[in-house]
Amino acid sequence: MVNFIDRRLNPKGKSLANRQRFIRRARAEIREAVQKTLKDRSVADFAKNQKISIPTRGTKEPRLRHDPSAGGEHERVLPGNKDFIEGDQIKKPRQGEAGGRGKDASSSGEGEDDFSFSLSQDEILDLFFEDLELPDLVKTSLKDISTTRWRRAGLTTSGSPNQVNLVRTMRNAFGRRLAMRRPKPEEIEALKAELAVCQLAEPVDGERVRVLEEEIARLEHRRKWVPFLDPVDVRYNAFEEQPTPTSRAVMFCLMDVSGSMGEREKDLAKRFFMLLHLFLKRRYQRLDIVFIRHTHEAQEVDEQAFFYSRQSGGTIVSSALEEMKRIVHERYATGEWNIYAAQASDGYTQTGDATRCVEMLNQDLMPICQYFAYIEILDEREMEVFSSEESGAELWRAYRTVARDWKNFATKRIAKPQDIFPVFRELFAREGAEARG
Amino acid sequence: MSQLLYTGSEWDFALLRNVFSAIEDVALNDLKLDVYPNQIEIISSEQMLDAYSAHGMPLMYHHWSFGKIFAREEAMYSKGWQALAYEIVINSNPCIAYLMEENTATMQALVMAHACFGHNHFFKNNYLFRQWTNAEAILDYLAFAKKYVSACEEKYGSDQVEMVLDAAHAIMEQGVFRYRRPPRPSRVQREERLRKRMQYEEQSFNDLWRTLPGQARDMSADLAFVDEDEAVGLQAPMNLPEENLIYFLEKHSPVLKSWQREILRIVRNVAQYFYPQIQTKVMNEGCATFVHHYIMNTLYDRGQIPEGAILEFLHSHSSVVMQPGYDDSRYGGINPYALGFAMMSDIRRISEDPKAEDLEWFPAFAGKGDWRDVLRHAWANYRDESFIQQYLSPKVMRDLRLFSIRDKTEEPAYTVSAIHNDAGYRKLRTSLARLYDLSTHQPDVQVVGANLAGDRTLLLRHTRHRGVPLASGTREAVLKHIRLLWGYDVTLEELSDADPS
Repeated sequence: MVNFIDRRLNPKGKSLANRQRFIRRARAEIREAVQKTLKDRSVADFAKNQKISIPTRGTKEPRLRHDPSAGGEHERVLPGNKDFIEGDQIKKPRQGEAGGRGKDASSSGEGEDDFSFSLSQDEILDLFFEDLELPDLVKTSLKDISTTRWRRAGLTTSGSPNQVNLVRTMRNAFGRRLAMRRPKPEEIEALKAELAVCQLAEPVDGERVRVLEEEIARLEHRRKWVPFLDPVDVRYNAFEEQPTPTSRAVMFCLMDVSGSMGEREKDLAKRFFMLLHLFLKRRYQRLDIVFIRHTHEAQEVDEQAFFYSRQSGGTIVSSALEEMKRIVHERYATGEWNIYAAQASDGYTQTGDATRCVEMLNQDLMPICQYFAYIEILDEREMEVFSSEESGAELWRAYRTVARDWKNFATKRIAKPQDIFPVFRELFAREGAEARG
Repeated sequence: MSQLLYTGSEWDFALLRNVFSAIEDVALNDLKLDVYPNQIEIISSEQMLDAYSAHGMPLMYHHWSFGKIFAREEAMYSKGWQALAYEIVINSNPCIAYLMEENTATMQALVMAHACFGHNHFFKNNYLFRQWTNAEAILDYLAFAKKYVSACEEKYGSDQVEMVLDAAHAIMEQGVFRYRRPPRPSRVQREERLRKRMQYEEQSFNDLWRTLPGQARDMSADLAFVDEDEAVGLQAPMNLPEENLIYFLEKHSPVLKSWQREILRIVRNVAQYFYPQIQTKVMNEGCATFVHHYIMNTLYDRGQIPEGAILEFLHSHSSVVMQPGYDDSRYGGINPYALGFAMMSDIRRISEDPKAEDLEWFPAFAGKGDWRDVLRHAWANYRDESFIQQYLSPKVMRDLRLFSIRDKTEEPAYTVSAIHNDAGYRKLRTSLARLYDLSTHQPDVQVVGANLAGDRTLLLRHTRHRGVPLASGTREAVLKHIRLLWGYDVTLEELSDADPS
């Protein structure tokens, strides 16, 4: 006796509830693990589905177990004997690894190893961006509403002829005609036909003709009185202006790609921007990103060129600021856009250029920027030399003065891939308290 | 009869039905198996993963640990490190077997022979399953359990429920009756009882009672429905020592609410349901493997499956029964499929073509040719430990090249205590049988005292087996869980089995 059932079309994901419970349970560990993997992982593929390992700490399921290494004696049976004979002595492995993998045949205990599993892209990014946000995406102009757009707002009885809603209008007319009993043309035609017959008949039924004529006249009159389409039937589509708050933002990525930036520096800067880029793309739906790379002159490039094409030359940092200013004026009216900028450099620039940068920042850029982050990429030796915030190359010292004047200006140094994320996090930490302090 | 049932690897339901009847013919008329009616469900790999995570049951209450298993299995599967099982079979009546849609026609035939006849026969006939589980009631019960746990989560919050479940899971292995038959759970009875209890509480609700100090009313409400399985709290005799920790806590814990007791009961019943399966891994898998091997070969001999199919079958069969040596990187303990299949095939060999050695070792059936009866008898009346003790033949020990080592903590080296030679066979057989005796490798922890008059300390005792203590790493963590359920302090003493207590 057998009964076949095809369950393939049954809903999948019966374990979803359990998986959610598990992730909630291990949230702290998972978050830590995700952040750890980010440090070593190349940015390009970190957001893909990935395997992570978490310590079994919080998700351990303790069971009472024997511990033969702690005392007593026990016997084991193993297959695959090659050259042992009874009475042979086998040296025990060092304490701690006793037991190895070959446990009792039916031992099903959970190992103490880290627990590995896959997180989906969404789960990873959610954990990654948790409590990260650009510094308050609130601008004064956000509050006073500056843009409006048209929205449908039902129907009205007045409007311009091109907005007539035909369906509604005809429906109203039809209803009104029914209610007012507008005579149908066929009825009148029928009466007229009957009248013609009566008039031709021998002898003429005068009474009947009179009744018919009167009836026809009455109906004709009513037809005029109840028109096919009356102005009260007409409906227009209504639109109204709805104010929409500005939440558009533009992110400027400025990077030094000149000769003084080595492969390593470029690589670090690239990673920083990629991370940033990913973050912004995810967090803000309506957001432009402008990539400006510079050597001794600056140019706006697309994302691909920004990250991957090569160029060398001198270093004039202010040229990038110049370019940014130009683009802001051309395309991003400050009333409508929140402007964010992040600049990466190795800190070297032409002598005297730093002063010019400070000037430009103070006068032109900082007043219109919501936030400006400067990342200086050092090597590890320099990192030690410049352990104090106060010492540094010319550009760094110059930017420190800007940072003192503008609380929305931040400067940070990074030396190795592992530094990027903490910096990134600090820069854009929700409250931004430290970065601004 | 001798017509090919199928040729390629594609299958459809009509084909499955034909193959099933051919298999059924061999199973019932040749092997004389006795099975529950079969219900075969075709599922996709995602659904297989789902089924994996909750003990392979189609219904299970929600708990994060199942999500953890799911996450791991999914990772292993998606990376291609591990294939999914070809089937899952559930000890229920009708016997439910899951078949994966990805399987080829040959694999479906193998799996049907394996699960729908091998496991099914074992579930229906083995004494442990007959005595200790209710194949008829299990799915109903799990449906009830799932609903009940969800309702509790809604009512008391999922954290509260999770706490109780975590604690109960920690002592699940100590939550089974080993010697007396547990009371039968029946969904109808249970729901009726719960409903009546709720109803009583609603009817007898009087807000004035709330103003009285103490728990007086709660006790009376609970006691109103006490039956032999229901004695709650301090009144019931404790019948110490008690081996079933969950049962003891459920009945006697001074702090648990009635819903918490019900959840403990659910975990206990699930543990009890799986207890026979843990004791019969080798036999159960061996039985199913032997049956599918016999059936597939018979089908081939009858000319019902093509050459290609038998080769495909042999390929997957041999990887299932592979036993890597102890020094192989793939070694992960003795493979129950390999051991069970080797022993059962050897019983057939001894019965049909015995050597002198076999006549001496197994005079009862050597050379008699009635291997079908011998196997059916063994499947019905033994568990792993006794089966190995009774039927492990010298040839199997030689083939697997078994050897045993003794590990004494004080000594700097392991001693090889027996190998597969005349001097060692019996010793080896006893050692291996011991390994499958749950009482030797599951810690024997019992409740021996509860100081109810004083500080309410619960006293547990671990009786050491050959002096092996509990692992200190998990000991405290588990005790913490027990304290949570008991509500007061819990101490665990360890006695050597040599010590008189």
